[in-house]
Amino acid sequence: MPASQSKGASPFGASMPHSGGPALLEAYGIVKRFGSLLANDIGFFDVRPGEVIALLGENGAGKSTLAKILYGYYAADAGEIRVQGARREISSPRDARALGIGMVFQNFTLIPALSVFENIALFQNDLPAVMRRGDLLDRIRAYSERFQIAADPWQPVRQLAVGEQQKVEILKQILAGARVLILDEPTKVLAPQECDGLFRTIAELRAEGFGIVLITHKLREVLDSADRVAVMRQGRIVDIVDRARVSQESLLELMFEGALTAPSRPAGVPVQHSGADALTLAGVSTVAGAGEVALRDLSINIRPGEVVGIAGVSGNGQRELGELILGLRQPRTGTKRLWGEDASRWSTATVRERGVAAIPDDPLALACVPALTVRENLALGTGRRYRAGFAVDWNRLDGDMARSFARLGFPRPGFETRAATLSGGNLQRVVLARELALNPKLIVALYPTRGLDARSTMTVRALLAGARNDGAAVLLMSEDLDELFAISDRLLVLYRGTIAGEFGPADFHPEAVGPPMVGAGRKSDAA
Amino acid sequence: MPRSAALCLESALGAALRFALIALIAFGAFAALLMAAGMDPLKAYLDTILYVFGNGYGFSELLVRMIPLLLTAVAAALPSRMGLINVGGEGQLYMGAWLATAGALALADQPAFILLPVLTLLGFIGGGLWALIAGALRALRLVNETISTLLLNYIAPMIVSFFIFGPWRDPQSSSYPQSPAFADAARLPNFLHTRINAGLIYGLVCLILYWLLMTRTRWGLEMRAIGGNPEAARQLGLPVFRYILVVMFAAGGVAGLAGMVEVSAVQGRLVSELSPGYGFVGFLVAWLAGTSASGIVVMAFLFAFISSVGDILQITQGLPFAVINVLMAAILFIVLGRRPAGSLAR
Amino acid sequence: MNTALIVGVVASSILSGTSLLYATLGELVGERAGIVNLGLEGILLIGAATGFAVSVLTGNPYIGLIAAAVAGAAVNLIFAYLVVERRANQLAAGLCLMFFGLGLSALIGRPFIGALIGGLPRMPLPGLAVNGTGARLLSYDILVYLAAPTAGLIWWLLFRTRWGLVLRAVGENPASAYAAGYRPASLQYQALALAGFMGGIAGAHISIALTRTWAEGMTGGRGFIAIALVIFARWNPLLAIAGALLFGGAEALQLQLQAAGADVSPFLMNMVPYLLTLLVLIVWGWNRQSVAPAALGRTFFGVE
Repeated sequence: MPASQSKGASPFGASMPHSGGPALLEAYGIVKRFGSLLANDIGFFDVRPGEVIALLGENGAGKSTLAKILYGYYAADAGEIRVQGARREISSPRDARALGIGMVFQNFTLIPALSVFENIALFQNDLPAVMRRGDLLDRIRAYSERFQIAADPWQPVRQLAVGEQQKVEILKQILAGARVLILDEPTKVLAPQECDGLFRTIAELRAEGFGIVLITHKLREVLDSADRVAVMRQGRIVDIVDRARVSQESLLELMFEGALTAPSRPAGVPVQHSGADALTLAGVSTVAGAGEVALRDLSINIRPGEVVGIAGVSGNGQRELGELILGLRQPRTGTKRLWGEDASRWSTATVRERGVAAIPDDPLALACVPALTVRENLALGTGRRYRAGFAVDWNRLDGDMARSFARLGFPRPGFETRAATLSGGNLQRVVLARELALNPKLIVALYPTRGLDARSTMTVRALLAGARNDGAAVLLMSEDLDELFAISDRLLVLYRGTIAGEFGPADFHPEAVGPPMVGAGRKSDAA
Repeated sequence: MPRSAALCLESALGAALRFALIALIAFGAFAALLMAAGMDPLKAYLDTILYVFGNGYGFSELLVRMIPLLLTAVAAALPSRMGLINVGGEGQLYMGAWLATAGALALADQPAFILLPVLTLLGFIGGGLWALIAGALRALRLVNETISTLLLNYIAPMIVSFFIFGPWRDPQSSSYPQSPAFADAARLPNFLHTRINAGLIYGLVCLILYWLLMTRTRWGLEMRAIGGNPEAARQLGLPVFRYILVVMFAAGGVAGLAGMVEVSAVQGRLVSELSPGYGFVGFLVAWLAGTSASGIVVMAFLFAFISSVGDILQITQGLPFAVINVLMAAILFIVLGRRPAGSLAR
Repeated sequence: MNTALIVGVVASSILSGTSLLYATLGELVGERAGIVNLGLEGILLIGAATGFAVSVLTGNPYIGLIAAAVAGAAVNLIFAYLVVERRANQLAAGLCLMFFGLGLSALIGRPFIGALIGGLPRMPLPGLAVNGTGARLLSYDILVYLAAPTAGLIWWLLFRTRWGLVLRAVGENPASAYAAGYRPASLQYQALALAGFMGGIAGAHISIALTRTWAEGMTGGRGFIAIALVIFARWNPLLAIAGALLFGGAEALQLQLQAAGADVSPFLMNMVPYLLTLLVLIVWGWNRQSVAPAALGRTFFGVE
């Protein structure tokens, strides 16, 4: 049982109560819908001077939406925002900035080729026509010292480490007049050692009376640095509590409790394990480029006739893992074996030829060519099967694909229509028909039901389960715990590029699986 | 399926009409400019039409001008289906001419049935290798092919000039430098008594092969997939690297053929001013044609016609030939101005 | 090697490099704002033809020079309309401009073929002793004297003024510039007007100061050399000075080498600027280094 964090004060700064005074920002009755989805239904939210208020919740809880409403990116359908007590309309980010609200996104709006000074200067409202160093430079230097920004103001931003760039982005907002600073998942882009620097900066700002909104799904950060915690779930703020009164367990309870019911597994499904593993990854590590996640010492094995689910918040290495299996990414260390053969250096075409199919999350971008017709799309990536000399054996393709659509129970789209005209769901169906047409022996599914309606979602899940019953091995990566619980035979949790937990069906509960997904210690199975 | 064929025809007619309107406006604007300069453009237009359509010789002249354009247009159109921009037709033409000349001079005493195929092959290889430089740089993700083909365009004529002024200088012509004349066996023949040379066959064959490749083969499908969504193509296992190399080589080769035709059929020797911009005009032809094979024929015809207008203006009214570039610019301007993406067939 | 030879080479380089420098500076400003102008050659030709024509008509080379600059700016604004307002493909629009310049310059220049003018007067370097060869070799027209200072001015504009900062931001990331409250389109128009102005001057220098005649296509590809030079100079106006001397000097050097007995083909020498530029690009690609303005041309400079 991990030691629960005591109700100690934040190690970074004042254990004094927040500097009093009126709230910097208040939001009342904010409601926002996207189509039929209720993204936000907030009763009350406020930011006080000299505090860090964490906006905590799982993916899809609505944290980003609320932040973007406060920053003027979205217009709320209902509700009122008050800045320093006065009611204000915020209809664009420029309005927000003029009112002293700044936001730091995961994609910085810094211009890499320009220097720190120039980036900050560009954002100033009152830049003189002939730029002189003077006052702005002094203020930059002063803050740089306090935030421990080692970079020279004249250095181009692209030479800075990501953590430094983030500090510059924060500085840019502050020097443009922000008093409320919203940070959207700031540690997502940082290496572990850079996080300390970030939180020191936050502590400095807090001491100076700024109001900081920290959007995160990581409990550790909340427990270490927040003064108050607003827990969000399914678009609503469940509670706003003082840090002094929470613990890891209580927060988890607020985040996950009652929201998800572990659905019953379909009864009497035989799970067959015959023969060699379909996929074996042993100690695999990969190199990560900019914006990518490195896989670290990853070991997974999948047997024919089983569904292995991978749970995790997106951005913890799922995409990289999929690319690795498909041959789009090579392992730096470790081996990858497909049906016993060393497949570490196989090309993607070879991997697919041997019976691996891929179902991506964004079929339009990753599995289809919008300009081509449906039929032409169906022919892609099918290897040698439909080759007829120089040409394509369209008749055979038509036949096989029509059968595939029928077997899957999908309506057949017009094969002559351009793929670009199909809806997202229909495109996904085309991709599924193609991938499953040739009876693949290993299916790698990456968020396959993202963006699909309920009926299509059910169909896809049934398909994957059906493929498993027919002896295929299935790797299902998803953020939807319902889905994973429903069809997985085993569940692994992927966190920061490595496996953080493994669960059998008996432990398919959010309370068990949730914590490793957000980096917290595991709850013991025995508890 | 008759219905889709009818729809095809309808949209083709629509596009043709729209373009005819554009051409009309451009010709009109050009005429206005010439009139402001004191010329008589309408008479020139009329003269050209009479010359080209009322006169066998005139019409054959038009076809002669079309030949290099057909080839350089395919050289630009082929890579464009994959999303590659090849503006290097000029350079590839020169290098094709260069290599063909090397062959013609080295094998001067061979009979025609050996020499002509060899020269054709050399022309193709010369242009192909030149384009391959840019292709390799792009496939290795080092340099964008637009700029590398552009730079190579300027290097190629200098290589040609170097050889003409140096190792290949014709001792018999002191007035201006050029290579020695090719042997008769090295000359591509003309048809009957016209100036239309066998290069027309090369052009038509290349066009037909291009059309067949893109519409009937799986390579054409894969090229269009790469052009339409390179990331998806990669994810599905298409060998993008290999395709970039092969397609650039092939495109350069076709432009190289244009160079071979110039030296073998038209000039009969290697000269320093081989091309009055065929590479660029060919790119323009392909771009306006929306990379369709029939469109290329139509556009090549149009630009050959414009070229004849230029000649007429020069002969009858003393205007420099270069003035018709304004007309070409006008057409391009209108096309660019009305549709941001530019190309008609999109 | 006697001094006269060296001085001769330097003088030729300076003369030849001047128009190259103006053209490069103009293109540099445009590219810093994110627009590639492949039709620069067209602007140069129009500048050359207009400058010459007006010089002949008015008898005053300075008026010709101003006319050339204005013509260049005006024509480049047409190009700007296509790429900024109509969002046309920059490559195609550049080709359009190139064709237009080729044709229009031929039309403008035709009546003036064969005319001769006195051209821009040359003045000796101030303070130089009236040494025969020295004074003759080291006398330049005003454009030459203003060339390097102009480069300095452009540098100052780009890196020390708000206008320059916003311009560079537009060329790097128009969305960020817009988010900061500026209007990218307006900046791009201004940049292209300036670029056209300088291109016109560059062209006029060739016809009014260097050759003092007009012939079709007389700019001889300088426009494309300038585009290569911008890359070579890494979009820095001060480096462009060195580059222009280097590239302009290739021909001068070759002539002098031939006079000194070395047999170097002029064609090989003329290839050097292009080969150098290609090499530089390869090295950058290898180092995954791109100092090009990030939003330049979009279709033009990405390898993706």
